Amino acid sequence: MTDQAYNFAYLDEQTKRMIRRAILKGIAVPGYQVPFASREMPMPYGWGTGGVQVTAACLVPEDWLKVIDQGADDTTNAVSIRRFFQRTAGVAVTEATAEATIIQTRHRIPETPLTEGQILVYQVPIPEPLRFLEPRETETRKMHELEEYGLMHVKLYEDIARHGQIATSYAYPVKVEGRYVMDPSPIPKFDNPKLSDNPAIQLFGAGREQRIYALPPWTEAVSLDFDDHPFETSKAPHNCDLCGAKDSYLDEVITDDQGGRMFVCSDTDFCGGRRAAGHAGRLGGDQKSSKTFANSFEGIWPGAEVAR
Amino acid sequence: MYVAVKGGERAIDNAHQWLAEERRGDPTVPELTIPQIREQMALAVNRVMAEGSLYDPDLAALAIKQARGDLIEAVFLIRAYRTTLPRLAGSRPVDTGAMAVDRRISATFKDLPGGQVLGPTFDYTHRLLDFTLMAEGEAPQQRNLPDATPADRIPHVTSFLNRDGLIEPVDPSDIAPPDLTREPMELPANRPLRLQALARGDEGFVLSMAYSTQRGYGRTHAFVGELRIGTVAVEVDIPELGFAVEIGEIELTECETVNQFKGSRTEPPQFTRGYGLVMGQSERKAIAMSLVDRALRWQELGEDFTGAPAQDEEFVLMHCDNIQATGFLEHIKLPHYVDFQAELELVRKLRAEAMALQEAAE
Repeated sequence: MTDQAYNFAYLDEQTKRMIRRAILKGIAVPGYQVPFASREMPMPYGWGTGGVQVTAACLVPEDWLKVIDQGADDTTNAVSIRRFFQRTAGVAVTEATAEATIIQTRHRIPETPLTEGQILVYQVPIPEPLRFLEPRETETRKMHELEEYGLMHVKLYEDIARHGQIATSYAYPVKVEGRYVMDPSPIPKFDNPKLSDNPAIQLFGAGREQRIYALPPWTEAVSLDFDDHPFETSKAPHNCDLCGAKDSYLDEVITDDQGGRMFVCSDTDFCGGRRAAGHAGRLGGDQKSSKTFANSFEGIWPGAEVAR
Repeated sequence: MYVAVKGGERAIDNAHQWLAEERRGDPTVPELTIPQIREQMALAVNRVMAEGSLYDPDLAALAIKQARGDLIEAVFLIRAYRTTLPRLAGSRPVDTGAMAVDRRISATFKDLPGGQVLGPTFDYTHRLLDFTLMAEGEAPQQRNLPDATPADRIPHVTSFLNRDGLIEPVDPSDIAPPDLTREPMELPANRPLRLQALARGDEGFVLSMAYSTQRGYGRTHAFVGELRIGTVAVEVDIPELGFAVEIGEIELTECETVNQFKGSRTEPPQFTRGYGLVMGQSERKAIAMSLVDRALRWQELGEDFTGAPAQDEEFVLMHCDNIQATGFLEHIKLPHYVDFQAELELVRKLRAEAMALQEAAE
């Protein structure tokens, strides 16, 4: 089903070369935002055009590609991007984190630890961690050049003064190898510890803002904090209602209009794998797969699903 | 979560199918053809070509049809297509002095060499709905045009002022302009890059920026020195032949403003220039572009930065592209539940702590 009208993985080889150069530069200077001549892609800016270009530049025909959005393989945009590469590159796709050679992600790092040789590609909306403190690119680039990060610490301090803690729950900034302050894309701060000393290559693509940056394997990425207010991760204080996991990031699902809710793993592959291995949570008995459960919201009952 | 998540694949397919039906509309109404759009929606086609940065009326018409008349969506289709095209050659600079003009007016001189040519303009129409069009009435009457042979070259108004040293001179330059579709935008930008960004920028955004300068936010006292619309030849040097060959014609709208200037710390009093050049017949855009161009030149002319948005290069250039803007704006309808969950936990925690404090105080 590969579309013959386009080059392998959509982009022409010249463009891929340009992107690969930016990636290599990013890997050589971890955390530094490399400008690159982002192309218009056939999906809108904000849908992951940066990530798609990075993935396209990295893909080879032997790759196994996994695409997730909010941790899940079956969110609409993940489906759309996975299909795009199936159509333009004809590569094999998978939902299993361990099986994938390239994983493109929006807003999450998979729960299953990554391994050497894997590439994790992040979709980045605003690559500049200082942007909301200083709107001008000309200024923020200077601040990075001079390692002038005082403003960021003032912001974090003001959070503590006002709220008693640092009130940033996602896109929590990190300092890379003691040099560049970097935006890890809008992952929940729960995922921040996984950024550091990760055996996989982590690439960040921001299409609209024309920036690529990278964390090479085994790179240190320290979440910003203060000695007396150390960085803390956070998640909903529950176990997964489907697989019972205690230590995975959870999505909250509202189940009725009486305040009923359930908590489930945002990483669908992780959750599915645990259930297949026999783990079960509060509502995760054999009879109640997530699909059945979901269908119950849409008014599709198990029998009806089969009948279609 | 599962409501949004599960069945994503099937939902997308169904949505696309529904979209195709909606695009077609009532099947008992005849389908629009591409030539109909190209010929009868020419100004929409022009806008899509200008902001899509691709001169191809047929493809622009196709994009408009496919986008159900959403012009920004049509621009997006054209941009996404354009980006895949190979670069064969760069043309010579087009010579707008040799333009075959359909319209050429000056607001600064009553008459001038080359004359005032009104051309096909809405300017002096009365904006009354013409119900004969609704009744699919008569074809328009034959034009009564004088049989004037058009001049070979129509001089630019600014060249008259230039002769007397009344307007700032512009030295021609052979330096290749940057290409913002092939290199990342670098700031501070030079004037060619700014003009390039404005030429493909959103008409509405550029219009509002220009309007704001007229209302005092970075005022530049602009006169339309000249506005011309017509076709120019596009020539490409063929190295094997050693000369340039005309490969086609394109329609352009060019606007040059003459701006009052009282002099500054570095420049003597003289008129200054703003420039607008847009593909197709797009005079609102060309005039707006020339005002914004002039406002952005405050630094090189030694004027003060008053904090006006239209003077702020980074503000204007980073926000004038409607494809970037609409993408980022609309992406917030994509799922964000992971981040929202993190925010929920944070707000719950902060509230619990605040309530505990309140109770302790009571």
